[in-house]
Amino acid sequence: MTEKRTSLSRRNFFRNAGIAAGTLVAASTLPAFDAVLFAAVKRNTKGPWYGIAIDIEKCIGCGTCAKTCKIENDVPREPFFFRSWVEQYTILKDGSIKVVSPNGGIDGFTQTVPADDIEKTFFVPKMCNHCAKSPCVQVCPVGATFETEEGIVLIDEKYCIGCKYCVQACPYGCRYFHPDKHVVDKCTLCFHRVKKGLNPACMDNCPTKARISGDLNDPESTISKFIRTRNVYVLKPHLNTGSKLYYNALNQEVR
Amino acid sequence: MPLHLKRLIMLGVMIVLLFLLLKHLLTPASFGQFGHYRGKAIDEIAAHQVKFVGNTACVSCHDTIVTMKNEGYHSDLSCEGCHGAAYLHVDHPKLEKLFKPDSREFCGKCHSINKARPEKAITQQNIKDHHPEDKCIKCHNPHQP
Repeated sequence: MTEKRTSLSRRNFFRNAGIAAGTLVAASTLPAFDAVLFAAVKRNTKGPWYGIAIDIEKCIGCGTCAKTCKIENDVPREPFFFRSWVEQYTILKDGSIKVVSPNGGIDGFTQTVPADDIEKTFFVPKMCNHCAKSPCVQVCPVGATFETEEGIVLIDEKYCIGCKYCVQACPYGCRYFHPDKHVVDKCTLCFHRVKKGLNPACMDNCPTKARISGDLNDPESTISKFIRTRNVYVLKPHLNTGSKLYYNALNQEVR
Repeated sequence: MPLHLKRLIMLGVMIVLLFLLLKHLLTPASFGQFGHYRGKAIDEIAAHQVKFVGNTACVSCHDTIVTMKNEGYHSDLSCEGCHGAAYLHVDHPKLEKLFKPDSREFCGKCHSINKARPEKAITQQNIKDHHPEDKCIKCHNPHQP
């Protein structure tokens, strides 16, 4: 009883009130928690920060990007796994959507839907989004996949144990299990070319120059100007992956 | 302290030491250099062979044909987009020959009629009806179409 009375004494009340008031005053000087800032992408500030832009209005669906990517990066032609591929979306007049990607678009496309039934149709080239907050990197149990300082997501093929967890985690389906190397493989944005000052193979060989890659930190680069002047959109923005693959004129039907 | 407790503590210490030793032996030297990954992997990936050498390499021998191409509708095309990667050909031009596409299907990958292709951006032709018995390159020079 005595102890309980002591804890409710006037002295203790003043002391506790003082501590509470002091903590409040001190806490008020801290910056407020901002959920938007907390979720924002932390980008490289010292060097380049690479991104990709694809102009849907220019893509003719020839599949050269998919073909050259396979040659440049030793991806076997068959079975049909891809680092970079093309899909054709066909929105029919009855509202249904048909998505095809025969052999990843590597042998071209043949429209099977009669022209009269088509409301709108277009090609969507796809590849790794090189997310700044990659879900695939977050799930790797051994640290075999990582984001470089320049914002390129890579795989260490000597360290990958082939558990394929990252294949499941990628919301864009950009990873596959390499049938010969028995490790997971994906687009490196032609890291070996970019480091030598070249463009990725798919960008260099695109006949209509529908694909651009470059430094998002440089306001004068082609890609920065492209993103500023077009109505660009990323895939699945609600997932907050920090995707850096920007599409011009993308339809909302594209997933 | 009872003997059984001493033994338990000793066993615990040995397990921790064994774990630290294994971790030291199994972790690659460059792991953690930049982040939770092997730092050397960056250099290994950057050292991969470049296979598409670019039009500048083609010009040094095939200047007339590249100039012809650059003056026509195909000026934006890269040589290797149709002919394939030339990294072996530039080193051994006599031994390693490049691919010369001549099939109707190859031209059709870009030029066959498809509503998804922007009409203004590319000439399209019904390749089933347009002189089906001949190869496209019989009439159209791919370097100056």
